[in-house]
Amino acid sequence: MSFLSYLINGISLGSIYAIIALGYTMVYGIAKMLNFAHGDIIMVGGFTTFTVVSTMGGDPIVGVLAAVAVCTILGVTIERVAYKPLRGASPLAVLITAIGVSYLLQNVALLIFGSNSKQFTSVVEVPALKLAEGQLSISGVTIVTIVSCIVIMIALTTFINRTKMGQAMLAVSEDKGAATLMGIDVNRTIAVTFAIGSALAAIAGVLLCSAYPSLTPYTGSMPGIKAFVAAVFGGIGSIPGAMIGGIVLGVIENLSKAYISSQLSDAIVFSVLIIVLLVRPTGILGKKIHEKV
Amino acid sequence: MKSLKKKTTLQNLLTYAIVIAFWVFIQLWSMAGQMTSLLNGLLVPICTYVILAVSLNLTVGILGELSLGHAGFMCVGAFSGAFFTKAMADVIPSVGLRFTFALFVGAAAAAVFGILIGIPVLRLKGDYLAIVTLAFGEIIKNLINVFYVGKDSRGIHFSMKDVASLGLEADGEVIIKGAQGITGTPKAATFTIGIILVLIALFIILNLIGSRTGRAIMAIRDNRIAAESVGINITKYKLLAFTISASIAGVAGVLYAHNLSSLAATTKNFGYNMSIMILVFVVLGGIGNIRGSIIAAVILTALPELLRGLNNYRMLIYAIVLIAMMLFNSAPKAVELRERFLENFKKKDKKEAA
Amino acid sequence: MATMLEVKSLSISFGGLKAVDDFHVDIESGQLYGLIGPNGAGKTTVFNLLTGVYKPDAGSILLDGVNITGKRTIDINQAGVARTFQNIRLFKDMSVLDNVKVGLHNHHPYSTLEGILRAPRFFKVEKEMDERAMELLKVFDLDKEADYKASNLPYGKQRKLEIARALATEPKLLLLDEPAAGMNPNETKELMDTIRFVREHFGLMILLIEHDMKLVSGICERLTVLNFGQVLTEGDTSDVLNDPQVIKAYLGE
Repeated sequence: MSFLSYLINGISLGSIYAIIALGYTMVYGIAKMLNFAHGDIIMVGGFTTFTVVSTMGGDPIVGVLAAVAVCTILGVTIERVAYKPLRGASPLAVLITAIGVSYLLQNVALLIFGSNSKQFTSVVEVPALKLAEGQLSISGVTIVTIVSCIVIMIALTTFINRTKMGQAMLAVSEDKGAATLMGIDVNRTIAVTFAIGSALAAIAGVLLCSAYPSLTPYTGSMPGIKAFVAAVFGGIGSIPGAMIGGIVLGVIENLSKAYISSQLSDAIVFSVLIIVLLVRPTGILGKKIHEKV
Repeated sequence: MKSLKKKTTLQNLLTYAIVIAFWVFIQLWSMAGQMTSLLNGLLVPICTYVILAVSLNLTVGILGELSLGHAGFMCVGAFSGAFFTKAMADVIPSVGLRFTFALFVGAAAAAVFGILIGIPVLRLKGDYLAIVTLAFGEIIKNLINVFYVGKDSRGIHFSMKDVASLGLEADGEVIIKGAQGITGTPKAATFTIGIILVLIALFIILNLIGSRTGRAIMAIRDNRIAAESVGINITKYKLLAFTISASIAGVAGVLYAHNLSSLAATTKNFGYNMSIMILVFVVLGGIGNIRGSIIAAVILTALPELLRGLNNYRMLIYAIVLIAMMLFNSAPKAVELRERFLENFKKKDKKEAA
Repeated sequence: MATMLEVKSLSISFGGLKAVDDFHVDIESGQLYGLIGPNGAGKTTVFNLLTGVYKPDAGSILLDGVNITGKRTIDINQAGVARTFQNIRLFKDMSVLDNVKVGLHNHHPYSTLEGILRAPRFFKVEKEMDERAMELLKVFDLDKEADYKASNLPYGKQRKLEIARALATEPKLLLLDEPAAGMNPNETKELMDTIRFVREHFGLMILLIEHDMKLVSGICERLTVLNFGQVLTEGDTSDVLNDPQVIKAYLGE
């Protein structure tokens, strides 16, 4: 029974990684940039909900909506101010700028909220599910996380396959120049991608803080890196890949914490990534790249 | 043909001269009694970061591969070097001598890791290579945190569990103590030693770049397929550059470790954030520009410390400066504006001259 | 004259599509040989097979009696095959001189350690390399631009630099992939003289892909025509160019 419970918690943690990784992967696919600040958007989402619910005594639903709104605006603003001017610059310059944005968000949070960790009250009010005569208990947060992840996955896939904007995103990620010639507004498409990615990060932030309720300005960075790993693992640029990568990562992390060593769990996660990339250099569902001679 | 060669030689001499001038300046400054303890404490770290930046530039600028795991090699160097200095205390009594040997030990250990990691990883490209090197850096840091090494009359003992499982005799001493790391390393590092190491690192890297080997490495960076077509062994030279870069980072680690009485592998000193910080030095200094790396490392290490008066705002300022500089340096529009401005300037000059 | 390059029934397919099928060619020592055919006929693929970029599914390549079939690119280069590329591939951030010196890499060795420590051999070998590289650059009238960054050269000169770099590896067989592409008639004429000069001066075989029929008829002694991955015909230049089959392949039905 304990194995099953570790597994379910792993899937739940993995679902959070998956939601973050979706943002990473979409932004990478369309802007070809590693958005190192993505993890910190999660933290901003967490703090927004914290402020609305714990400080101002607002309704949890309002807290979540506020987080989504703040993060969406923040994501679009960051793209507009810091990344858009660098379109066409070297990828390394964009990477360093993203790192600068990450430092900026962390330090603004540090100034406002201080470095002490804040106790986050879970926004989930779903009761725990007791199975097998009470031997297996699944917490409300776990259920909500897994369900949210499934809903997001379905909604996102539908959005990309069925809407004009979704098709435009695919076109821009294939070839910016050709997309422009087809009359697609590339800048707007990229902005929408950042908006969606950041909104997902906000949701991930709220879920993460509900499951692991301590919040600091650095809360987002490790999950951000792990989600990045998940995205690469699944094949960066691929939406189902991000999903699979996230969940596999969460399960491996939780099981190795439980059965091998909690100190070494990160090392194990990273080792699995390396092994996968050595066997499949572009991740599980990544496209093969051929260089024409 | 002579002119370009002469120019390169002059440029290199200027780089050495800047480093030596910095040393002279600090000596005069401290003789004049102007040295504060804050500034004094910064000198060895500055040398450490300069060596790290210069060595990472070999991977990023000259080989053209993005590595986010440079701190991992520094970590290997730091721990192997400090371990050597502590473990050899009764064999080689002189601290200076032990430290000197430790530098070689650190360089060798980091080089071994460079090869071990480089062989599988250098087949990957771009962002994939970046994430895997980041992962390796984190793995190294994680492993060191569960690593216990002790020494007694029977020899050296290892464990990945705890101190007790080392099974030390009564006279035994624990040298590496898991997450607590190594304590009591003699503080043998000085600013002068740091500068000498910077000069040696520069000597190795600048001479490498100016040699047949350096040309092969840059050819791979510029066009792998063409390099192969003229008979350059891609794997060999990639691995060579990566290993030399790792090895020099290992030396920086040894220097770092001998400047601290207690050394532990934390997220702050050996995590990916450190690797990223070194990368920031390299990018801001100019990719492939060795002198730029030195200057960026010095300024960006000293700046936040000198801004200590601003307290919590200093890292915020650092972040804003970083973003602003990247936008100013790299944004296509900014570059265009700058060029136009310079052109106007030149035209004016010409008019005035005429 | 003796046959120096002997290629037999060379084939490769990509995902079921036969890109090159049963290709064969014999080139004699010192011959200037042309490989022509419509776009997509598989000409560059033949070059990629000859230089080891792709491994052939079947067939054999003998260079001066040595079997180089399926070998690695660097080994094939050391066996004596050098090439240029259709889409110019220079070491763009390096100087013109250094581009050629990379080509000299394997023939003028010293160790990495000798390079770092600036051992006497470093200075001796570097001097040799400089002299040799300048000689090569002079052949292509590039000696005055030796210190330029390769990417700053005008297009025509970039193509020449690629040839100089290939020659630096001391090949027995030189493969030129559309050397006249993007050149104006004057530049092309000049290039033809240079190619002839290279053949005389370096005594090697040249196999070139070209669409410019003036160049092909002007300098090639023999031709092979490739169509849909297969050899359509081969023979002396004038015979091949007057073959109605060839005209049809180029102009369509």
